[in-house]
Amino acid sequence: MSDIRELARRIAGDATGNEQIEVVVVSGTDTNVTAYHGSVEKFTSAMSAGFSIRVLLDGPSGARIGTASTGALDDAAVSEALAQARDNARFATEDEFLAFARPDGVPAPAIDLVSSHFDDLSTANKIEMALELERATRAGDDRIRQVQAATYVDYRSSSVIVSSLGIDVETTETGAYLSVAAIAHHDGENQSGYGLSVGRAGSELSVETAARDAIRRSTEMLGAVKAPSTRTTAVFDSRTASELLAIISTALSGDMVVRGRSFFAGRVGEKVAADAFTLVDDPTDIRHFAASPVDGEGLASRRNALITGGTLNGFVYDTVSARRAGTSSTGNALRGGVAGCRALQLLPGTEDFDAIIRQIGDGIVVRSLRGVHSGVNPISGDFSVGITGRMIRHGQLAEPVREVTIASSLQKMLLDVVAIGNDVEWLPGLAAGQTVAISDITVTGS
Amino acid sequence: MATDLLLDPDVIDAVLAVALAQGADFAEIFVEDTRSTTTTMDQRRVEDLMSNRSRGAGVRIIVGSTTGYAHTADLSLSGLIAAAEAARSVAQRASGGATVVAVGAPQVHAMRALIEPSGVDRSQRIDILRTADDIARSHGGAISQVQLSIADNSRRILVANSRGLLTTDHQVRSRLNVSCVASGDTGMQTGRATLAATAGFELFAPERVAQTAANAARQAITKMSARPAPSGDFPIVLANGFGGVLFHEACGHGLEADAIVKKTSIYTDRVGELVASELVTLVDDGTCDGEWGAIAIDDEGAPASRNVLIENGVLTDYMWDYVRASQEGRESSGNGRRQTYQDLPMVRMTNTFLETRDATPDQIIADTPYGVYVAALGGGQVDTSTGDFVFGMTEAYLIENGEITAPLREANLVGNGPDVLARVDAVANDFAMAPGTCGKWGQQVPVGSGQPTMRLTGMTVGGTAA
Repeated sequence: MSDIRELARRIAGDATGNEQIEVVVVSGTDTNVTAYHGSVEKFTSAMSAGFSIRVLLDGPSGARIGTASTGALDDAAVSEALAQARDNARFATEDEFLAFARPDGVPAPAIDLVSSHFDDLSTANKIEMALELERATRAGDDRIRQVQAATYVDYRSSSVIVSSLGIDVETTETGAYLSVAAIAHHDGENQSGYGLSVGRAGSELSVETAARDAIRRSTEMLGAVKAPSTRTTAVFDSRTASELLAIISTALSGDMVVRGRSFFAGRVGEKVAADAFTLVDDPTDIRHFAASPVDGEGLASRRNALITGGTLNGFVYDTVSARRAGTSSTGNALRGGVAGCRALQLLPGTEDFDAIIRQIGDGIVVRSLRGVHSGVNPISGDFSVGITGRMIRHGQLAEPVREVTIASSLQKMLLDVVAIGNDVEWLPGLAAGQTVAISDITVTGS
Repeated sequence: MATDLLLDPDVIDAVLAVALAQGADFAEIFVEDTRSTTTTMDQRRVEDLMSNRSRGAGVRIIVGSTTGYAHTADLSLSGLIAAAEAARSVAQRASGGATVVAVGAPQVHAMRALIEPSGVDRSQRIDILRTADDIARSHGGAISQVQLSIADNSRRILVANSRGLLTTDHQVRSRLNVSCVASGDTGMQTGRATLAATAGFELFAPERVAQTAANAARQAITKMSARPAPSGDFPIVLANGFGGVLFHEACGHGLEADAIVKKTSIYTDRVGELVASELVTLVDDGTCDGEWGAIAIDDEGAPASRNVLIENGVLTDYMWDYVRASQEGRESSGNGRRQTYQDLPMVRMTNTFLETRDATPDQIIADTPYGVYVAALGGGQVDTSTGDFVFGMTEAYLIENGEITAPLREANLVGNGPDVLARVDAVANDFAMAPGTCGKWGQQVPVGSGQPTMRLTGMTVGGTAA
């Protein structure tokens, strides 16, 4: 039993009368090494902790919630936060749907997110790995002129969630990654690309994978031109497809739906995507880097099918959005009192990237997306983003392109999915990635 | 005095001595105590009141070209010494021993806000949200949803280093966001407006609050009748204020010394060259009183300053932090910033803007036969190695025969920094600035961007209409 968990229990136990208290403590350590020009440019070692307290006051027309957080764990800081959360609650509007999670009897999946090899590497090993990553990237191709940063990161992070309603959980996870940003140079032109290797411990990481990825992504863009303006099929690679799924997932949040801010609202049971499109949110799948036994309110994670064979099944909810919608939580509370998808994956198709390119014949491969936050509106569905990528001609990768935008609407893009790859890549972040081809996209270039 | 300082000078001296003890060229301690509040209202319900306090310190050492860093929320002498020992673990030099540090007399920069947010009652914030909500809804039945937030941030920092510097600042920022959804036969459209400044609660004067709410509502309603944006290359007229983000993205990041020293920026080794239209004079200025990126000192203790980056089209200088400046044997330009004590500082912009010229906005529009008028821009993103950038038009109109006509749906603009700078062919006299958040390498810092109304001869608009 951790001291932090004891402290959290003590605070939650302070709830009196019409009051409920929920305490979330996230704490951890991390190491970050950046290599540059053959030496260590930056080395950061840190321990951090954050304490967040929510107080709920029951009243005649519903409940009110106030929040306070602090980065310090001393008694004075914690008492101050509790007092502020109580004060904050008194000024909120009573709302009949507000509630904290109650234990719902669903057992948390037995998934272990701590690598037994996490402590295998010494600090010197970690530094050597970052240096080796820079060396391997520079040496891998004559055209690599600069490595902006070659970075090794690992972390161990624990979350404690305790409430006066009987929630009492603690989870711990470890993680590590290598990332490298390379700049390729040829004939006075620069192109950048980054590579990644991800695992639950430093010893699982591959310098070669990260270096190769950065080299390919930077060098393949050399000689990029503006794409011809046209309407064509866009093939998202695993990385950009993962970003696209994350965007779409906003509209699957029960929060957005009950607030009337989703283009999926009122469409459960309808065909919203192509037949091949089956999307699940499954934080119980240990292969996913976003896997976790419990959600942000401490309820058990569970598998939720969101779109099956192109038909919208439903949405993801936390306690409050579920109450507003007249249903129950799907175990999808995120931190900060909102509901959202947690670990998305698409049902794989039968073919890989190369086979899909051959089938498509002519189109454009999307290697990177830019301006996603400004160019995509998950409420209206408007979609217009800048990309870099490769043209596809006669089933083969052709010239690289830049300064190109692609546009459509999210609603239409889902229906226009023409192929989904079998090449699942477990990326860090919200969604796993694989090749996704979407037809009838407006490409604007020259 | 000592209580005002966040940390006792004797403790500072002791921690810096430990940081230097294994041989380092430079040691620094950064202490922060930030209190912030956010209050949100959605559909007339006061949904969330949040208070946050972040207090801690970071110790940085520099030895040769290597930086070691550690941070802690424990401000006791033992907590800080542990951080100093962790930070210096990268120092491999044998020359250890007693290093004596004595910081100089503190330079205290007082808060410039008139009303410190912590003294404001919660109900006063809620009153402002209610007022703004009423004003937004008064714009008609099409406004189906109004979401608002009011936030403030009171940030006290102390920076001390082995060169004897001891300096503090108290930065207070306040912000109101209004977001409206208009609903009708054509679906939902959104409008957003922000009122933000480096100021205290005095920012929320009734006329400013009213104007912000009205802007958000008007934008959502206007977009209900918007048609798909065209796709292709068109002349672009950017309204004053919001367009400044173009310069932030199109060339600002490429003028940050970290990208220059690593030769990853297209602007490397180009001081003295013509890099833009002669109408372009670009300035970064942390001293602009009240603007969103205003600071008295940066997060390395260097005083904010006004730095001319491009003058009449000619590149004059870059922006510098301590590490990059000392590598080049010069002084920092006051551009070393960090999000919190948990982050290492890096080169960041403050308030970046284009200087005015003589034209009037009306002349520029009248002089444009066909093009796109961008009244508001969302965020953007740039690749500093190529200069390619993207940003979103959140409110835009067609220009036909020298007049602003139909509203357009949201779309992105793409371009290339050096290319766009050369395409500035008209700049007006109506300067304005707008607040923004810059997220370089995952660290969020407040920045201002500004420009007068201006025209670009062509940029790629990524709409869906033929």
